[in-house]
Amino acid sequence: MRDAEFLIEAMAGQLRDLLARRGISEPVLVGIHSGGVWIAERLHQRLEIHAPLGRLDISFYRDDFSRLGINPQVRPSELPCDIDGRHLVLVDDVLHTGRTVRAALNELFDYGRPASVLLAVLVDRSGRELPIEANVIGTRMKLSAGQHVQLTGPEPLQLTLQPAP
Amino acid sequence: MSTTHVQLDPQGRLLHFLTVEGLTRRHLTEILDTAESLHSVAERRVKKLPTLHGKTVVNLFFEASTRTRTTFELAAKRLSADVLNLNIATSSAVKGESLLDTLRNIEAMQCDMFVVRHVQSGAAEFIARHVKPHIAVLNAGDGRHAHPTQAMLDVFTIRRHKPDFPNLQVAIVGDILHSRVARSLIHALSILGTGAIRVIAPRTLLPAHVENLGVQVFHDLAYGLRDVDVVVMLRLQRERMESALLPSEQEFFQRYGLTGERLALARPDALVMHPGPINRGVEIDSRVADGPQSVILEQVTNGIAVRMAIMSITLGNHARPLEETA
Repeated sequence: MRDAEFLIEAMAGQLRDLLARRGISEPVLVGIHSGGVWIAERLHQRLEIHAPLGRLDISFYRDDFSRLGINPQVRPSELPCDIDGRHLVLVDDVLHTGRTVRAALNELFDYGRPASVLLAVLVDRSGRELPIEANVIGTRMKLSAGQHVQLTGPEPLQLTLQPAP
Repeated sequence: MSTTHVQLDPQGRLLHFLTVEGLTRRHLTEILDTAESLHSVAERRVKKLPTLHGKTVVNLFFEASTRTRTTFELAAKRLSADVLNLNIATSSAVKGESLLDTLRNIEAMQCDMFVVRHVQSGAAEFIARHVKPHIAVLNAGDGRHAHPTQAMLDVFTIRRHKPDFPNLQVAIVGDILHSRVARSLIHALSILGTGAIRVIAPRTLLPAHVENLGVQVFHDLAYGLRDVDVVVMLRLQRERMESALLPSEQEFFQRYGLTGERLALARPDALVMHPGPINRGVEIDSRVADGPQSVILEQVTNGIAVRMAIMSITLGNHARPLEETA
Protein backbone atom coordinates (compact mmCIF):
# COMPACT_ATOMS: atom_id res chain seq x y z
CA MET A 1 0.00 0.00 0.00
CA ARG A 2 1.24 3.42 -0.87
CA ASP A 3 0.09 6.90 0.07
CA ALA A 4 -1.04 8.78 -3.03
CA GLU A 5 -0.82 12.33 -1.67
CA PHE A 6 2.84 12.93 -2.48
CA LEU A 7 2.28 11.63 -6.03
CA ILE A 8 -0.53 14.17 -6.40
CA GLU A 9 1.88 16.85 -5.14
CA ALA A 10 4.23 15.86 -7.98
CA MET A 11 1.33 15.94 -10.47
CA ALA A 12 0.35 19.42 -9.30
CA GLY A 13 3.91 20.69 -9.95
CA GLN A 14 4.05 19.15 -13.43
CA LEU A 15 0.59 20.45 -14.33
CA ARG A 16 1.42 23.97 -13.13
CA ASP A 17 4.54 24.01 -15.33
CA LEU A 18 2.75 22.55 -18.34
CA LEU A 19 -0.13 25.05 -18.15
CA ALA A 20 2.40 27.91 -17.85
CA ARG A 21 4.38 26.65 -20.87
CA ARG A 22 1.20 26.46 -22.93
CA GLY A 23 -0.06 29.83 -21.73
CA ILE A 24 -3.27 28.33 -20.31
CA SER A 25 -4.52 30.51 -17.45
CA GLU A 26 -8.10 29.29 -16.93
CA PRO A 27 -8.18 25.50 -17.35
CA VAL A 28 -11.23 23.34 -16.57
CA LEU A 29 -10.47 20.18 -14.59
CA VAL A 30 -12.61 17.13 -15.31
CA GLY A 31 -12.28 14.00 -13.16
CA ILE A 32 -13.39 10.53 -14.23
CA HIS A 33 -15.44 8.73 -11.53
CA SER A 34 -14.43 7.69 -8.90
CA GLY A 35 -10.65 7.83 -8.50
CA GLY A 36 -10.15 10.55 -11.09
CA VAL A 37 -12.61 12.82 -9.28
CA TRP A 38 -10.77 12.39 -5.96
CA ILE A 39 -7.47 13.38 -7.62
CA ALA A 40 -9.05 16.22 -9.61
CA GLU A 41 -10.52 17.67 -6.38
CA ARG A 42 -7.03 17.82 -4.85
CA LEU A 43 -5.41 19.29 -7.98
CA HIS A 44 -8.23 21.84 -8.21
CA GLN A 45 -7.47 22.98 -4.67
CA ARG A 46 -3.67 22.96 -5.00
CA LEU A 47 -3.67 24.92 -8.27
CA GLU A 48 -6.39 27.30 -7.04
CA ILE A 49 -8.41 26.89 -10.22
CA HIS A 50 -11.46 29.15 -10.56
CA ALA A 51 -13.58 27.19 -13.00
CA PRO A 52 -15.78 24.63 -11.21
CA LEU A 53 -14.71 20.99 -11.32
CA GLY A 54 -16.32 18.63 -13.84
CA ARG A 55 -17.14 14.98 -13.12
CA LEU A 56 -17.62 12.29 -15.76
CA ASP A 57 -19.14 8.86 -15.39
CA ILE A 58 -18.33 7.10 -18.65
CA SER A 59 -20.54 4.01 -18.04
CA PHE A 60 -22.81 4.79 -21.00
CA TYR A 61 -19.80 5.29 -23.29
CA ARG A 62 -17.88 2.10 -22.53
CA ASP A 63 -16.98 -0.18 -25.41
CA ASP A 64 -17.75 -3.35 -23.45
CA PHE A 65 -21.54 -2.86 -22.95
CA SER A 66 -22.12 -6.02 -25.00
CA ARG A 67 -20.01 -7.98 -22.54
CA LEU A 68 -20.60 -6.28 -19.21
CA GLY A 69 -23.90 -4.39 -19.41
CA ILE A 70 -24.41 -1.22 -17.38
CA ASN A 71 -22.54 -0.62 -14.15
CA PRO A 72 -25.26 -0.54 -11.46
CA GLN A 73 -23.31 2.13 -9.54
CA VAL A 74 -23.45 4.68 -12.38
CA ARG A 75 -23.53 8.34 -11.27
CA PRO A 76 -24.55 11.46 -13.16
CA SER A 77 -21.90 13.26 -15.22
CA GLU A 78 -21.69 16.95 -14.41
CA LEU A 79 -19.89 19.58 -16.46
CA PRO A 80 -20.82 22.77 -14.65
CA CYS A 81 -19.60 25.20 -17.31
CA ASP A 82 -19.67 25.58 -21.08
CA ILE A 83 -16.57 23.77 -22.42
CA ASP A 84 -16.62 25.38 -25.88
CA GLY A 85 -13.19 26.87 -26.58
CA ARG A 86 -11.92 25.97 -23.08
CA HIS A 87 -8.70 24.14 -22.24
CA LEU A 88 -9.61 20.94 -20.37
CA VAL A 89 -7.52 18.75 -18.12
CA LEU A 90 -8.93 15.23 -17.96
CA VAL A 91 -7.91 13.48 -14.72
CA ASP A 92 -7.94 9.73 -14.01
CA ASP A 93 -6.36 7.45 -11.44
CA VAL A 94 -4.85 4.66 -13.57
CA LEU A 95 -4.07 4.81 -17.30
CA HIS A 96 -4.01 1.17 -18.46
CA THR A 97 -5.56 0.09 -21.79
CA GLY A 98 -6.60 3.64 -22.74
CA ARG A 99 -10.23 2.59 -23.31
CA THR A 100 -11.60 4.67 -20.41
CA VAL A 101 -9.90 7.79 -21.78
CA ARG A 102 -11.27 7.12 -25.25
CA ALA A 103 -14.79 6.84 -23.76
CA ALA A 104 -14.25 10.02 -21.73
CA LEU A 105 -13.10 11.97 -24.82
CA ASN A 106 -16.20 10.83 -26.70
CA GLU A 107 -18.42 11.95 -23.84
CA LEU A 108 -16.66 15.33 -23.53
CA PHE A 109 -17.29 16.12 -27.18
CA ASP A 110 -21.03 15.56 -26.67
CA TYR A 111 -20.92 18.58 -24.34
CA GLY A 112 -19.06 20.91 -26.69
CA ARG A 113 -15.85 21.59 -28.60
CA PRO A 114 -12.94 22.24 -26.24
CA ALA A 115 -9.87 24.18 -27.43
CA SER A 116 -7.60 21.40 -26.12
CA VAL A 117 -7.59 18.42 -23.77
CA LEU A 118 -4.65 17.40 -21.56
CA LEU A 119 -4.51 14.11 -19.70
CA ALA A 120 -3.27 13.85 -16.11
CA VAL A 121 -3.02 10.44 -14.40
CA LEU A 122 -1.79 9.25 -11.03
CA VAL A 123 -0.42 5.98 -12.43
CA ASP A 124 0.71 5.26 -15.98
CA ARG A 125 0.89 1.48 -16.13
CA SER A 126 1.88 -0.78 -18.99
CA GLY A 127 -0.74 -2.49 -21.16
CA ARG A 128 -1.93 0.18 -23.61
CA GLU A 129 -4.32 -1.04 -26.31
CA LEU A 130 -5.01 2.37 -27.89
CA PRO A 131 -2.76 5.24 -29.00
CA ILE A 132 -3.34 7.37 -25.89
CA GLU A 133 -0.63 8.96 -23.70
CA ALA A 134 -0.75 11.11 -20.58
CA ASN A 135 0.73 14.65 -20.31
CA VAL A 136 1.07 14.60 -16.52
CA ILE A 137 2.06 11.42 -14.67
CA GLY A 138 2.30 10.78 -10.91
CA THR A 139 4.23 7.55 -11.30
CA ARG A 140 4.97 4.91 -13.93
CA MET A 141 4.56 1.18 -13.27
CA LYS A 142 5.56 -1.76 -15.39
CA LEU A 143 3.04 -4.48 -14.55
CA SER A 144 2.12 -7.80 -16.10
CA ALA A 145 -1.37 -8.24 -17.55
CA GLY A 146 -2.66 -10.09 -14.47
CA GLN A 147 -1.50 -7.46 -11.97
CA HIS A 148 -3.84 -4.73 -10.79
CA VAL A 149 -3.18 -1.38 -9.22
CA GLN A 150 -6.14 0.25 -7.52
CA LEU A 151 -6.77 3.59 -5.84
CA THR A 152 -8.95 3.57 -2.73
CA GLY A 153 -10.36 6.72 -1.12
CA PRO A 154 -11.47 9.41 -0.78
CA GLU A 155 -9.79 9.61 2.68
CA PRO A 156 -7.00 8.58 2.76
CA LEU A 157 -6.07 8.11 -0.87
CA GLN A 158 -4.03 4.94 -1.14
CA LEU A 159 -2.63 2.89 -3.99
CA THR A 160 -2.83 -0.88 -3.64
CA LEU A 161 -0.95 -3.27 -5.87
CA GLN A 162 -2.50 -6.70 -6.33
CA PRO A 163 -0.02 -9.28 -7.60
CA ALA A 164 -0.91 -11.65 -10.40
CA PRO A 165 -2.87 -14.64 -9.06
CA MET B 1 -43.64 -19.95 -13.51
CA SER B 2 -44.73 -16.53 -12.30
CA THR B 3 -44.37 -13.30 -14.27
CA THR B 4 -41.57 -12.22 -11.94
CA HIS B 5 -39.60 -15.32 -12.75
CA VAL B 6 -40.01 -14.81 -16.49
CA GLN B 7 -38.42 -11.36 -16.21
CA LEU B 8 -35.39 -12.38 -14.09
CA ASP B 9 -32.37 -14.51 -14.93
CA PRO B 10 -31.17 -17.22 -12.50
CA GLN B 11 -29.11 -14.58 -10.69
CA GLY B 12 -32.11 -12.32 -10.20
CA ARG B 13 -31.14 -9.71 -12.80
CA LEU B 14 -33.79 -8.07 -14.99
CA LEU B 15 -33.98 -9.55 -18.48
CA HIS B 16 -37.42 -8.15 -19.29
CA PHE B 17 -39.54 -5.54 -17.57
CA LEU B 18 -43.08 -6.89 -17.39
CA THR B 19 -44.31 -5.99 -13.92
CA VAL B 20 -43.11 -4.28 -10.76
CA GLU B 21 -44.80 -6.94 -8.64
CA GLY B 22 -42.31 -9.33 -7.07
CA LEU B 23 -39.24 -7.19 -7.68
CA THR B 24 -36.97 -6.13 -4.82
CA ARG B 25 -36.01 -2.69 -3.58
CA ARG B 26 -32.56 -3.29 -5.10
CA HIS B 27 -34.08 -3.72 -8.59
CA LEU B 28 -36.10 -0.52 -8.25
CA THR B 29 -33.23 1.49 -6.77
CA GLU B 30 -30.91 0.40 -9.59
CA ILE B 31 -33.46 1.64 -12.15
CA LEU B 32 -33.97 4.94 -10.28
CA ASP B 33 -30.22 5.56 -9.82
CA THR B 34 -29.49 4.78 -13.47
CA ALA B 35 -32.33 7.09 -14.54
CA GLU B 36 -30.84 9.84 -12.36
CA SER B 37 -27.58 9.55 -14.32
CA LEU B 38 -29.47 9.73 -17.60
CA HIS B 39 -31.65 12.67 -16.61
CA SER B 40 -29.08 15.37 -17.44
CA VAL B 41 -28.41 14.01 -20.95
CA ALA B 42 -31.37 16.07 -22.20
CA GLU B 43 -29.61 19.28 -21.10
CA ARG B 44 -26.47 18.62 -23.16
CA ARG B 45 -25.77 19.84 -26.66
CA VAL B 46 -25.79 16.27 -27.98
CA LYS B 47 -28.80 14.60 -26.35
CA LYS B 48 -27.57 11.16 -27.22
CA LEU B 49 -25.51 8.35 -25.72
CA PRO B 50 -23.81 5.59 -27.72
CA THR B 51 -24.91 2.78 -25.36
CA LEU B 52 -27.38 0.95 -27.66
CA HIS B 53 -25.64 1.84 -30.92
CA GLY B 54 -26.37 -0.94 -33.40
CA LYS B 55 -29.37 -2.32 -31.48
CA THR B 56 -32.90 -2.34 -32.89
CA VAL B 57 -35.92 -1.58 -30.71
CA VAL B 58 -39.41 -2.42 -31.99
CA ASN B 59 -42.41 -0.61 -30.57
CA LEU B 60 -45.10 -3.23 -30.90
CA PHE B 61 -48.33 -1.38 -30.18
CA PHE B 62 -51.49 -3.43 -30.42
CA GLU B 63 -53.33 -0.59 -28.64
CA ALA B 64 -52.96 3.02 -29.73
CA SER B 65 -51.00 5.36 -27.49
CA THR B 66 -49.17 8.31 -28.93
CA ARG B 67 -47.61 9.57 -25.74
CA THR B 68 -46.19 6.33 -24.36
CA ARG B 69 -44.94 5.25 -27.77
CA THR B 70 -43.29 8.62 -28.33
CA THR B 71 -41.39 8.55 -25.04
CA PHE B 72 -40.22 4.97 -25.66
CA GLU B 73 -39.14 5.98 -29.15
CA LEU B 74 -37.25 9.00 -27.86
CA ALA B 75 -35.65 6.94 -25.08
CA ALA B 76 -34.38 4.37 -27.58
CA LYS B 77 -33.12 7.07 -29.96
CA ARG B 78 -31.28 8.91 -27.19
CA LEU B 79 -29.44 5.64 -26.54
CA SER B 80 -28.55 5.48 -30.28
CA ALA B 81 -30.76 2.46 -31.03
CA ASP B 82 -32.68 2.16 -34.28
CA VAL B 83 -36.43 2.23 -33.75
CA LEU B 84 -39.22 0.59 -35.64
CA ASN B 85 -42.82 1.56 -34.81
CA LEU B 86 -45.47 -1.01 -35.54
CA ASN B 87 -49.08 -0.20 -34.80
CA ILE B 88 -50.86 -3.45 -35.19
CA ALA B 89 -54.63 -3.47 -35.38
CA THR B 90 -55.92 -6.33 -33.33
CA SER B 91 -59.06 -8.17 -32.43
CA SER B 92 -60.08 -8.15 -28.81
CA ALA B 93 -58.54 -11.49 -27.88
CA VAL B 94 -54.93 -12.59 -27.90
CA LYS B 95 -55.02 -15.10 -30.71
CA GLY B 96 -52.04 -17.25 -29.80
CA GLU B 97 -51.43 -18.38 -33.32
CA SER B 98 -51.51 -15.02 -35.11
CA LEU B 99 -49.61 -13.21 -32.37
CA LEU B 100 -46.83 -15.78 -32.56
CA ASP B 101 -46.71 -15.43 -36.32
CA THR B 102 -46.37 -11.66 -35.97
CA LEU B 103 -43.61 -12.24 -33.47
CA ARG B 104 -41.66 -14.67 -35.65
CA ASN B 105 -41.84 -12.22 -38.54
CA ILE B 106 -40.42 -9.36 -36.54
CA GLU B 107 -37.81 -11.61 -34.94
CA ALA B 108 -36.68 -12.51 -38.44
CA MET B 109 -35.75 -8.84 -38.90
CA GLN B 110 -33.07 -9.31 -36.23
CA CYS B 111 -34.35 -7.05 -33.49
CA ASP B 112 -33.08 -6.78 -29.92
CA MET B 113 -35.99 -5.38 -27.94
CA PHE B 114 -39.79 -5.42 -28.10
CA VAL B 115 -41.79 -2.70 -26.37
CA VAL B 116 -45.30 -4.12 -26.13
CA ARG B 117 -48.64 -2.46 -25.47
CA HIS B 118 -51.75 -4.60 -25.67
CA VAL B 119 -55.37 -4.46 -24.45
CA GLN B 120 -55.04 -7.96 -23.02
CA SER B 121 -53.54 -8.52 -19.59
CA GLY B 122 -50.55 -10.82 -19.83
CA ALA B 123 -49.74 -10.08 -23.49
CA ALA B 124 -46.21 -8.80 -22.80
CA GLU B 125 -45.48 -11.82 -20.62
CA PHE B 126 -46.78 -14.14 -23.33
CA ILE B 127 -44.39 -12.53 -25.79
CA ALA B 128 -41.48 -12.67 -23.33
CA ARG B 129 -42.04 -16.41 -22.91
CA HIS B 130 -41.93 -17.00 -26.65
CA VAL B 131 -39.23 -14.68 -27.99
CA LYS B 132 -35.72 -15.79 -28.79
CA PRO B 133 -33.44 -15.57 -25.76
CA HIS B 134 -31.44 -12.54 -26.94
CA ILE B 135 -34.55 -10.31 -27.10
CA ALA B 136 -35.64 -8.13 -24.15
CA VAL B 137 -39.36 -7.38 -23.74
CA LEU B 138 -40.72 -4.27 -22.01
CA ASN B 139 -44.35 -3.97 -20.99
CA ALA B 140 -45.77 -0.62 -22.09
CA GLY B 141 -49.20 -1.43 -20.64
CA ASP B 142 -51.20 -4.65 -20.78
CA GLY B 143 -54.96 -4.52 -20.22
CA ARG B 144 -55.82 -3.74 -16.61
CA HIS B 145 -52.78 -5.63 -15.39
CA ALA B 146 -49.65 -3.45 -15.32
CA HIS B 147 -47.91 -0.36 -16.65
CA PRO B 148 -44.56 -0.75 -14.90
CA THR B 149 -42.57 1.96 -16.69
CA GLN B 150 -45.26 4.51 -15.76
CA ALA B 151 -45.01 3.40 -12.12
CA MET B 152 -41.23 3.78 -12.21
CA LEU B 153 -41.40 7.28 -13.68
CA ASP B 154 -43.94 8.18 -11.01
CA VAL B 155 -41.73 7.00 -8.13
CA PHE B 156 -38.71 8.62 -9.84
CA THR B 157 -40.59 11.95 -9.91
CA ILE B 158 -41.60 11.54 -6.26
CA ARG B 159 -38.02 10.64 -5.24
CA ARG B 160 -36.57 13.74 -6.93
CA HIS B 161 -38.76 15.92 -4.68
CA LYS B 162 -39.34 13.75 -1.60
CA PRO B 163 -36.79 10.95 -1.30
CA ASP B 164 -37.79 9.72 2.16
CA PHE B 165 -40.39 7.08 1.20
CA PRO B 166 -40.92 5.66 4.74
CA ASN B 167 -42.16 9.11 5.82
CA LEU B 168 -44.46 9.70 2.86
CA GLN B 169 -48.21 9.47 2.58
CA VAL B 170 -49.34 9.03 -1.01
CA ALA B 171 -52.95 9.22 -2.18
CA ILE B 172 -54.10 7.71 -5.48
CA VAL B 173 -57.46 9.11 -6.56
CA GLY B 174 -60.01 8.02 -9.14
CA ASP B 175 -60.69 4.97 -11.25
CA ILE B 176 -58.54 2.41 -9.44
CA LEU B 177 -60.57 -0.50 -10.83
CA HIS B 178 -59.60 -0.09 -14.47
CA SER B 179 -56.17 1.40 -13.87
CA ARG B 180 -53.02 -0.57 -14.63
CA VAL B 181 -51.15 2.61 -13.62
CA ALA B 182 -52.62 2.45 -10.10
CA ARG B 183 -51.88 -1.25 -9.71
CA SER B 184 -48.22 -0.92 -10.73
CA LEU B 185 -47.75 2.25 -8.70
CA ILE B 186 -49.12 0.62 -5.54
CA HIS B 187 -46.60 -2.22 -5.93
CA ALA B 188 -43.70 0.15 -6.58
CA LEU B 189 -44.56 2.35 -3.59
CA SER B 190 -44.87 -0.70 -1.31
CA ILE B 191 -41.52 -2.11 -2.43
CA LEU B 192 -39.86 1.24 -1.70
CA GLY B 193 -41.31 1.15 1.84
CA THR B 194 -43.74 4.08 1.49
CA GLY B 195 -45.20 5.08 4.87
CA ALA B 196 -48.85 5.01 3.79
CA ILE B 197 -50.61 4.43 0.47
CA ARG B 198 -54.21 5.60 0.26
CA VAL B 199 -56.67 4.91 -2.51
CA ILE B 200 -59.61 7.30 -2.80
CA ALA B 201 -62.49 6.29 -5.05
CA PRO B 202 -66.19 5.50 -5.20
CA ARG B 203 -66.99 1.86 -4.36
CA THR B 204 -67.87 1.15 -7.99
CA LEU B 205 -64.34 2.08 -9.14
CA LEU B 206 -62.39 -0.02 -6.62
CA PRO B 207 -61.36 -3.62 -7.24
CA ALA B 208 -62.61 -6.23 -4.78
CA HIS B 209 -60.23 -6.85 -1.86
CA VAL B 210 -58.13 -3.81 -2.72
CA GLU B 211 -57.06 -3.69 0.97
CA ASN B 212 -55.00 -6.82 0.32
CA LEU B 213 -52.57 -4.68 -1.65
CA GLY B 214 -51.63 -2.94 1.61
CA VAL B 215 -53.52 0.28 0.98
CA GLN B 216 -55.91 2.37 3.10
CA VAL B 217 -59.27 2.84 1.43
CA PHE B 218 -61.20 6.13 1.44
CA HIS B 219 -64.44 7.00 -0.30
CA ASP B 220 -64.42 10.65 0.72
CA LEU B 221 -61.85 12.82 -1.07
CA ALA B 222 -61.64 15.59 1.53
CA TYR B 223 -61.06 13.05 4.27
CA GLY B 224 -58.53 11.03 2.28
CA LEU B 225 -56.40 13.99 1.20
CA ARG B 226 -55.70 15.16 4.72
CA ASP B 227 -51.94 15.57 5.31
CA VAL B 228 -50.80 13.62 2.25
CA ASP B 229 -47.43 14.44 0.63
CA VAL B 230 -48.33 13.30 -2.87
CA VAL B 231 -51.66 13.22 -4.76
CA VAL B 232 -51.79 11.02 -7.85
CA MET B 233 -54.92 11.70 -9.92
CA LEU B 234 -55.95 9.01 -12.39
CA ARG B 235 -57.46 9.63 -15.78
CA LEU B 236 -61.18 8.99 -15.85
CA GLN B 237 -61.86 7.02 -18.95
CA ARG B 238 -64.99 8.46 -20.45
CA GLU B 239 -66.15 5.16 -21.86
CA ARG B 240 -66.75 4.08 -18.24
CA MET B 241 -69.55 6.63 -18.03
CA GLU B 242 -71.65 4.61 -20.40
CA SER B 243 -71.21 1.44 -18.40
CA ALA B 244 -73.29 2.82 -15.50
CA LEU B 245 -70.35 2.64 -13.10
CA LEU B 246 -70.54 6.39 -12.76
CA PRO B 247 -73.11 9.13 -12.82
CA SER B 248 -72.11 12.17 -14.90
CA GLU B 249 -68.73 13.83 -15.38
CA GLN B 250 -70.03 16.84 -13.46
CA GLU B 251 -71.04 14.73 -10.51
CA PHE B 252 -67.71 12.90 -10.55
CA PHE B 253 -65.88 16.22 -10.51
CA GLN B 254 -68.04 17.43 -7.64
CA ARG B 255 -67.17 14.42 -5.52
CA TYR B 256 -63.68 13.36 -6.72
CA GLY B 257 -62.26 16.23 -8.76
CA LEU B 258 -59.09 17.83 -7.42
CA THR B 259 -59.74 21.53 -6.80
CA GLY B 260 -57.53 24.11 -5.13
CA GLU B 261 -59.74 23.99 -2.03
CA ARG B 262 -59.36 20.26 -1.67
CA LEU B 263 -55.64 20.31 -2.39
CA ALA B 264 -55.28 22.73 0.52
CA LEU B 265 -56.22 19.83 2.83
CA ALA B 266 -53.00 18.03 1.85
CA ARG B 267 -49.59 19.18 3.05
CA PRO B 268 -48.69 22.64 1.75
CA ASP B 269 -45.87 21.21 -0.36
CA ALA B 270 -47.87 18.22 -1.64
CA LEU B 271 -47.06 17.17 -5.20
CA VAL B 272 -49.87 16.85 -7.74
CA MET B 273 -49.32 14.08 -10.29
CA HIS B 274 -51.27 12.62 -13.20
CA PRO B 275 -50.21 10.01 -15.78
CA GLY B 276 -51.93 12.01 -18.54
CA PRO B 277 -53.64 12.81 -20.72
CA ILE B 278 -55.65 14.91 -18.28
CA ASN B 279 -59.39 15.56 -18.49
CA ARG B 280 -59.61 19.15 -17.33
CA GLY B 281 -62.70 19.71 -15.23
CA VAL B 282 -63.39 15.98 -14.85
CA GLU B 283 -60.77 14.64 -12.47
CA ILE B 284 -58.70 17.79 -12.05
CA ASP B 285 -59.30 21.53 -12.10
CA SER B 286 -57.21 23.42 -14.66
CA ARG B 287 -55.78 25.76 -12.03
CA VAL B 288 -54.48 22.78 -10.06
CA ALA B 289 -53.16 20.96 -13.14
CA ASP B 290 -51.22 24.09 -14.16
CA GLY B 291 -50.51 25.25 -10.61
CA PRO B 292 -47.23 25.46 -8.68
CA GLN B 293 -47.66 22.07 -6.97
CA SER B 294 -48.22 20.21 -10.25
CA VAL B 295 -45.35 18.04 -11.53
CA ILE B 296 -47.41 16.58 -14.39
CA LEU B 297 -45.09 17.80 -17.16
CA GLU B 298 -42.02 16.78 -15.15
CA GLN B 299 -43.45 13.26 -15.19
CA VAL B 300 -43.38 13.33 -19.00
CA THR B 301 -39.74 14.50 -19.05
CA ASN B 302 -38.75 11.94 -16.43
CA GLY B 303 -40.43 9.17 -18.40
CA ILE B 304 -37.70 9.40 -21.03
CA ALA B 305 -34.80 8.96 -18.57
CA VAL B 306 -36.58 6.13 -16.73
CA ARG B 307 -37.27 4.27 -19.99
CA MET B 308 -33.66 4.79 -21.09
CA ALA B 309 -32.54 3.27 -17.77
CA ILE B 310 -34.80 0.23 -18.13
CA MET B 311 -33.72 -0.30 -21.74
CA SER B 312 -30.00 -0.15 -20.95
CA ILE B 313 -30.31 -2.36 -17.85
CA THR B 314 -32.35 -5.12 -19.52
CA LEU B 315 -30.34 -5.17 -22.76
CA GLY B 316 -27.12 -4.97 -20.73
CA ASN B 317 -28.18 -8.01 -18.71
CA HIS B 318 -28.90 -9.90 -21.93
CA ALA B 319 -25.41 -9.10 -23.10
CA ARG B 320 -23.67 -10.01 -19.88
CA PRO B 321 -22.88 -13.67 -19.42
CA LEU B 322 -23.92 -15.31 -16.17
CA GLU B 323 -21.25 -15.14 -13.53
CA GLU B 324 -19.81 -18.51 -12.72
CA THR B 325 -21.17 -19.89 -9.51
CA ALA B 326 -18.76 -21.70 -7.24
